[in-house]
Amino acid sequence: MRRSREPFLWALFSGGGMASALLLPAIAFLLWIAVPLGWVEGGSYETLFALVRHPLVRLVLFALISLFLFHWAHRLRYTLYDGLQLYHLNQLIAVVTYGIASFMTVVAAYILWVFA
Amino acid sequence: MPETITLEVQRYRPEDEAEPVFERFDVPFRADWMVLDALNYIKDNLDGTLSYRWACRMGVCGSCGMMVNGQPLLTCATYLERLLPGPIRVEPLKGFPVIRDLVGDITDFLEKLSRVKPWIVREEEKPLAEGEYLQTPEQLADYEQYSMCINCMLCYAACPIYELEPDFIGPAAIAIAQRYNLDSRDEGVQERLDVLSQHDGIWACTFVGECSVVCPKNVDPAGAIQRYKVAATADWFKSVLTPWANR
Repeated sequence: MRRSREPFLWALFSGGGMASALLLPAIAFLLWIAVPLGWVEGGSYETLFALVRHPLVRLVLFALISLFLFHWAHRLRYTLYDGLQLYHLNQLIAVVTYGIASFMTVVAAYILWVFA
Repeated sequence: MPETITLEVQRYRPEDEAEPVFERFDVPFRADWMVLDALNYIKDNLDGTLSYRWACRMGVCGSCGMMVNGQPLLTCATYLERLLPGPIRVEPLKGFPVIRDLVGDITDFLEKLSRVKPWIVREEEKPLAEGEYLQTPEQLADYEQYSMCINCMLCYAACPIYELEPDFIGPAAIAIAQRYNLDSRDEGVQERLDVLSQHDGIWACTFVGECSVVCPKNVDPAGAIQRYKVAATADWFKSVLTPWANR
């Protein structure tokens, strides 16, 4: 069996696509619109801060952020590859896009880790 | 209603022309005529040397796909009336080398189609005496949609990836592979997966979705490819997480 990386990268891409399409609008609506406008109860800074400190919430946030990042990386990679037809830069584009996503994933992990 | 309508038909006669040229024909306009009827009128009355493929004239044989005003369409299912006032530009299907006039060389598609083993693969045929392979209506419904493909290749003409990466096995071949994979009588899933899990198989597809837009039989090749990606990814995770179970 070949060990192609494509199924793995596609799984991150499609997982990130689903997550960003379904969950990101809800999160954005809640945190950036409903809470600031006072439409929901219990949206104070202290409550949300305590919520984010919960290990499970941090784990979910980490999964979401890294999936979003890899979705972005894959999409940008193919936009450059097919859209701008930079076939000769395939390796470089892959290294840079997935590299940025990996690096930002580590940064997210660090920030969420020190949050406790 | 106009009396006539103009067709700008791409001609390519390799013995006379280095490059394809367009030729204008005025044909009678009739509300019940398709583009193919107009081409047949040209061949019968105006220029018998015009070359193009067609057979059934009823959207089943898949021969008469051409670019009509830049869109891949079955000419037997496209009313002239839809394209008023004209002129109507008729070109061979995009993505295939032109042999003559509107006739493209489809060798590449046929080779790719055969690669996915578009037939029921059995490890062992059961003896005739045991009777037929029975199938429930639900089992039929699993693959019926994909069995509607008529190999007209409109999806190849619509696919930007096929244009950019000619090695891509293409929408119809993958949809047809799914037609057999999802058939309860078939045992060829793994053999097809070995072909399709390559980069030139499903992974070259970036889900543009034009194949499903232009498909005249509502096969939805784009959907087939996405389902295939899910299956191939599950297979990949299985083989990575349980390496001892590999063949």
